[in-house]
Amino acid sequence: MKHYRSMISPYVLWAFGFIIIPFIMIMVYAFTDGGLSLTDAGFSLDSFAEMTDSLYFTVFTRSFSTGILTTLLCLFIGYPMAFFITKFDERVQGTLILITTIPMWINLLLRTYAWIGILSDNGLLNSFLKMLGIGPVSIMYTGIAVNIGLVCNFLPFMILPIHTSLSKMDPSLLEAAYDLGANKVQAFTRVIFKYSIPGVLNGVIITFLMAISAFVIPKMLGGGQFTLLGNLIENQFISVGNWNFGAAVSLILAIVILAAISFLKRIDPDGTV
Amino acid sequence: MKKFQKSKLFYGLYIGVIFAFFYLPIVVTMFFSFNSSKSLTHFSGFSLRWYGNLIKDTEIMQAVYVSISIAILATIISTIIGTLTAIGLSKCRKLVREMLLNVNNIPMMNPDIVTAIGFLILFSSLRIPKGYYTMLMAHITFCIPYVITSVYPKVKTLDPNLADAAMDLGASPFMALYKVILPMLREGIFAGALLAFTMSFDDFVISYFVTGNGVSNISIIVYNMTKRTNPTINALSTIVILVIFVTMFIVKVIPYLIGKRRKEQLAYEENN
Amino acid sequence: MKNKLIELKNITKSFDQQEVLHNIQLYIRPNEFLTLLGPSGCGKTTILRIIGGFEEADSGEVIFDGKDIAKLPPYKREVNTVFQKYALFPFMNVFDNVAFGLNIKKVSKAETKKRVLEMLKLVGLEGFEKRKIDQLSGGQQQRVAIARALVNEPKVLLLDEPLSALDAKLRKEMQMELKKIQKKVGITFIFVTHDQEEALSMSDTVVVMNHGNIQQIGTPIDIYNEPKNRFVAEFIGESNIIPAIMKKDMLVAFDGVDFECVDSGFAPNEEVEVVLRPEDLVLTPPQFGKITATVTDITFKGVHYEIILKGEHRDYKAQTTEYHEIGTELGISVIPSNIHVMHKMKEV
Repeated sequence: MKHYRSMISPYVLWAFGFIIIPFIMIMVYAFTDGGLSLTDAGFSLDSFAEMTDSLYFTVFTRSFSTGILTTLLCLFIGYPMAFFITKFDERVQGTLILITTIPMWINLLLRTYAWIGILSDNGLLNSFLKMLGIGPVSIMYTGIAVNIGLVCNFLPFMILPIHTSLSKMDPSLLEAAYDLGANKVQAFTRVIFKYSIPGVLNGVIITFLMAISAFVIPKMLGGGQFTLLGNLIENQFISVGNWNFGAAVSLILAIVILAAISFLKRIDPDGTV
Repeated sequence: MKKFQKSKLFYGLYIGVIFAFFYLPIVVTMFFSFNSSKSLTHFSGFSLRWYGNLIKDTEIMQAVYVSISIAILATIISTIIGTLTAIGLSKCRKLVREMLLNVNNIPMMNPDIVTAIGFLILFSSLRIPKGYYTMLMAHITFCIPYVITSVYPKVKTLDPNLADAAMDLGASPFMALYKVILPMLREGIFAGALLAFTMSFDDFVISYFVTGNGVSNISIIVYNMTKRTNPTINALSTIVILVIFVTMFIVKVIPYLIGKRRKEQLAYEENN
Repeated sequence: MKNKLIELKNITKSFDQQEVLHNIQLYIRPNEFLTLLGPSGCGKTTILRIIGGFEEADSGEVIFDGKDIAKLPPYKREVNTVFQKYALFPFMNVFDNVAFGLNIKKVSKAETKKRVLEMLKLVGLEGFEKRKIDQLSGGQQQRVAIARALVNEPKVLLLDEPLSALDAKLRKEMQMELKKIQKKVGITFIFVTHDQEEALSMSDTVVVMNHGNIQQIGTPIDIYNEPKNRFVAEFIGESNIIPAIMKKDMLVAFDGVDFECVDSGFAPNEEVEVVLRPEDLVLTPPQFGKITATVTDITFKGVHYEIILKGEHRDYKAQTTEYHEIGTELGISVIPSNIHVMHKMKEV
């Protein structure tokens, strides 16, 4: 039956105009040097050469180290969380997962805005510390604030896939491990952890990718002081006006991420991405 | 047995702490939206003053209108295009299908900032003035993939003979679509539409880059206000959060209750 | 030409360069129960789908009641189909499923109700109108599918392996039931199956297919007793197929022995194949048989024993009601009318 085949044509046109063409244009800008105009532009790798400049290189390293730190924090906080959730019976688990998901549905800007009120110098955290007699801490507009924001926002993306992997495990496997003489630590390292590896990989890659491309959280909680790749791209397009360089950075970011996700899809084809 | 209880208590405690971390900003926002003073640290008394300010603030109300109207339009259009595409895809050759699905994945996998830059370059190069309609186009584009990803798996599980059966019984292809296929995809379409609505309503990065002429949605307004404390935003947040909680309740809990009721009814019928 | 309700002329069809139907010629008479029989992938379902309008042939004509309907979409054809997994609409109850076609045709409410209830009575589902599809057993779903198709009063009912999802006992019941329904409504049934027993017991005409070609068309008795070639003989029932030489009319030689037979019209000394059905081998003491062989295996099958005998040239499969010890030497003979000679099949 070919009746419905033609129904894809509106989207084929739409996707060509709004997905493929913009992507090609990013590539064109990344590999040329004509500034805003494309008419007198020629092929050039200048934009990529510019990235080695120490100023920009710091942004790359800062983005990656922030990404790694956020990912590790999410993993070490999120893994026990996912594991503990599986200890409850199914209906409770469903509710706990729902509670974990709800914040993801609430506008990111609004949630991040709330953190400003908590973390700022005369904010809720400092008045609480004052009550305890501990001196005020200045963490707003620092890497710490950014990391708190990133972890709070991305933690569910770590918890959910790990929980999915763990809940697929047949509990009788664990009983079998105990039966065969494994102690609790051995049962964990040899059975449970192995089962959760696809979920962990999934969570790690997604969290890392979202963290390195984060844009709003570093801007709002880091002020102007904490520039990550996303902010660098914004500067190039909005304030500096160097579209070629901005496009080149975007292209690198896109390639890293698309490659990582295709890798993830290959190792975990029915995954939760 | 006692040890078991103890460990469960620990698990519960840990989960509670993490939930506190998740919900702390939400609770703080809601709490201080009812504060009578401007402070975000001292609660000086209950008041609805900031809600009053919210209604009077034409800039914010305009942004609310933009957010809601764009979300509704983007949801309707992307749900229609996405659903038709998902159904059509299942009848396509493998090569066409895989190519389109891969292209469809790009907006979902690409970081928002890159998608946003792509739109910025596109609209600027074509000299399309940025504003409400460019924002709408961009939203439709990133919403369609979520609809397709929700609907397509449901299409794949359909018996391919269902459309044939309807046509065999005299239905035109359009009637078969309307009377048989669409009702069977209801759940997937609904899930896709809900996802599209939230994605559109929550979006900041893409909207920020494709808008212009003073057209702002809620996210952009909040972003521009971060430099000063403004409890009006808290009032707005509170309303948005409550709407989301109510929606989640309707979406998650009501079907559960209906399902339970239906099961009971079936059991009743079978026993009689 | 009143005798041909449907005629397929030179139908060819390929999927992805793979030919699934090769120059099909077939006609179907009014009110007959015709079965398309063959192994999976032989093209039988494709023929059904071409008649139903779900596939378009690459070339050829589909004549229905004297008109070429090859380009007509399914919703304009006077045929209805019972699909393999029934394709019932799961979100509608039994009544709405059966009423679907009538609702599309805007038949009045009262008329629809009358016809649906009548049809449900015919298929033995009175009182099931309000049931949900998922509350029905496989056999009941089957009946709904038949009612849903027949309520539209088609001239032809197409059935695509409708019994394959049922268990053995239910399948036997439904076979009888289908035959009864066909007699009652008096229309043409075109039935697709890979089960030869089903085909033999239900049909007026059987069309045996393989690799997109029609191998033989005939009554069940013809097909069984006079298979045209090795494929048909092997596919329909069990048989001993033996290469032979047709010495002259009524005389065929195989395994070193001349046999009288009733076939004629072959070239002198033509290489042919002979079909011997196991139940047609007469087992005698060695001295009375034309071929001698030794029992190597015997299996009890209920009504009879199945025996494998080893002769000088080959193994023979026979059926008998008497028990023979393994190792016993027996004679084999066949009466002339039970020897069926066929042309040697070209290798496909």
